[in-house]
Amino acid sequence: MSTIKMRSKESNGVVTVKALIKHPMETGQRKNKKTGDMIPAHYIQEVHSKANGKDVITIHWGPAVSKNPYLTFKYKGNKGDDVEISWVDNQGNKDTKIGKVK
Amino acid sequence: MFRKILAVILLLPALSVLASPEKDFDKFVSYFKDRFPNTPYEDYKNGVYSIDASAREQWEAMEEFPPYELNVDRGEELFNKPFKNGNTYGSCFENGGVGIRQNYPYFDTDRNKVITLEGALNDCRVKNGEKPLSYFKGKELAHVSAYMAYTSRGNVFNVQIPNTEEALNAYEDGKRLYFTKKGQLNFSCADCHVYQTGTKLRADIPSPAIGHPTHFPVYRSGMGRLVTLHERFAGCLNRIRAKSFKGGSDELNNLEFFTTFMSNGLEVNGPGSRK
Repeated sequence: MSTIKMRSKESNGVVTVKALIKHPMETGQRKNKKTGDMIPAHYIQEVHSKANGKDVITIHWGPAVSKNPYLTFKYKGNKGDDVEISWVDNQGNKDTKIGKVK
Repeated sequence: MFRKILAVILLLPALSVLASPEKDFDKFVSYFKDRFPNTPYEDYKNGVYSIDASAREQWEAMEEFPPYELNVDRGEELFNKPFKNGNTYGSCFENGGVGIRQNYPYFDTDRNKVITLEGALNDCRVKNGEKPLSYFKGKELAHVSAYMAYTSRGNVFNVQIPNTEEALNAYEDGKRLYFTKKGQLNFSCADCHVYQTGTKLRADIPSPAIGHPTHFPVYRSGMGRLVTLHERFAGCLNRIRAKSFKGGSDELNNLEFFTTFMSNGLEVNGPGSRK
């Protein structure tokens, strides 16, 4: 199952994209209470979005962003655009989701 | 003549003690009608947002993309995951466990106790040779309960109290806990949620007593996870520095029985999101 949930809606020529990304966003500063070992850092570093293949936004995230982060942004666009959101984390995992603008 | 009047006066408190659950319900509803004349009864399912317009605006913006969606998905996964013996949660419930949240809690006249949805889920696990789960920390039980509530949205609560002594006692027990002052701070549930609802409690507005159970379990942004009704009850009791009860204990079951009866006629809208 995709880690990204996305919804996008157009009104007056502006598309609002809302996305919820499932990710632990570990800072690397926390300890495992039982063993005392550090929990390794695991967070999203870059989120990238395209509309109809054209770059819309690139976001650099770090360990300060919450678990299961929520993202929303607006761009000038139309109904039926193909919006794509993808992320890459510091361990090299990635995911992409494409949706149509309503 | 004078004696007669005296007798009537003495009789009045005695009568109010014998009030039936239905009369309590009418009293409750009319109290809140006086308190918040602009709030229609159906709207109490939205908790504090039924009386706090500015908080409601923020909440409605959140509801467009609610934070509990991931939890509902996880709940569905767990709900359909078979136990070791191959059965699923659905096998213990009518209609495969879909759209039945409004049937809980109910009073089981055979076992003479209140059965809540979480209690029934744990009974189901025990029946299938699994360990019962904790009501706390927003783990599997909260997720499954959230999914089951999600499938029942729009269905209407109609808690019935069977006409047996035990059932009435369970109701009275819950009611007593609701109105009894407890803890070092000497608060009862009713102090904040009946008498002071709509006023300020530090920076927050205590929600009205009607409609509390309809949206549980809730996703609390402050905790970043789901919270079951019993965990919320326990949280309230801790805040007033009272000794709390265990999740699934008779005390909290009866309290849920009472509060849900007071929310009869409202729709299931769980899981909800709260700050």
